[in-house]
Amino acid sequence: MGCRMKFAVLILEGPYQHQASDSAYHFTEAALKKGHEITGIFFYNDGVYNTTSLMTPPQDDRHISKRWSELVQKHKIDAIVCIAAAKRRGITESNLAPGSRISGLGQLTELGINADRLITFGD
Amino acid sequence: MADDEIRDEEESSEEKTKFLFIFKRAPHGAIYPYEGLEVILIMAAYEQEITAAFVDDGVYCLKKGQDTTGIGIKEFAKTFKVLEPYGVEHLYADRASLEARGLTEADLITGVEVVEAEEIANVISAQKVILPF
Amino acid sequence: MLFTVNKSPFTTENLRSCLRFAGKEAPVLLYEDGVYGAQAGTALEGFVKSALKARAIYALKEDIAARGIDKLIDGVQVVDYSGFVDLVAEQNVCPWI
Repeated sequence: MGCRMKFAVLILEGPYQHQASDSAYHFTEAALKKGHEITGIFFYNDGVYNTTSLMTPPQDDRHISKRWSELVQKHKIDAIVCIAAAKRRGITESNLAPGSRISGLGQLTELGINADRLITFGD
Repeated sequence: MADDEIRDEEESSEEKTKFLFIFKRAPHGAIYPYEGLEVILIMAAYEQEITAAFVDDGVYCLKKGQDTTGIGIKEFAKTFKVLEPYGVEHLYADRASLEARGLTEADLITGVEVVEAEEIANVISAQKVILPF
Repeated sequence: MLFTVNKSPFTTENLRSCLRFAGKEAPVLLYEDGVYGAQAGTALEGFVKSALKARAIYALKEDIAARGIDKLIDGVQVVDYSGFVDLVAEQNVCPWI
């Protein structure tokens, strides 16, 4: 697979309750490993909960928000949290995990326009 | 000049991205369809090519006469009716999904095109971006 | 167009409805609880086998292993996350979630 593509990822479910965030993470990691570009991760619906800095899972479990933070910072991926969905659910700049930014649904539209593929993970 | 302008217009219309929203969940029980609708309302400002298809329990989103006062959740079926000015040219509902649920076109809000699954399959295969809600 | 299904076919109609809307020959990828549809010896084996006549069906290796599924329906192709990425690179994706 020589062709480098631009992928965007939309996540519609929160952490732990459903597998969606894990699947999206492993897909993203695999795409990066293959040399594809991830043009953005967009967190919408309960997906915004993946970006709270307040989660403290047991030590023997994966830390979903930290894992996303590290991945998007390492690869300089634009990680966008929908402002409307975030406001509804109490995610604000003050409890936002590092590496993500809060912005509008227009950003999702632009990801859809500019990426070769936009893939959605949800329940 | 005039030719160039026409060509420019054609090019810009060709460049529009085709977005399809697939609604396959019932309203109210989960927020998916409502937040999907919110995406459409914002995306409309970008003047892309937006289509919505309602399949499986998603057809319940189009049922007219929904009164949500008793559950305290915002009613939004009416909003689907007024999407045309937002650039949403087609609202497709799957006939078999309606029939399985004892519904006909007469049970739905206005402006919905009831079509066969094959037609929705063709619409799906022509899209660049598919957003499931 | 690749269709992705993440629900057990014993819980939801997603696999069945996905096949109604997937065009001729459009491949289907089963992942998360969707992989239960790929298990051999279930009441749905005949249904999945008839779907296989018209299209490729893939199942995600990591999700199969996680669920202890050791016998797959003949003809179902196993891919890992890397293969999942390849499939999405080769064709567009319609998440049937």
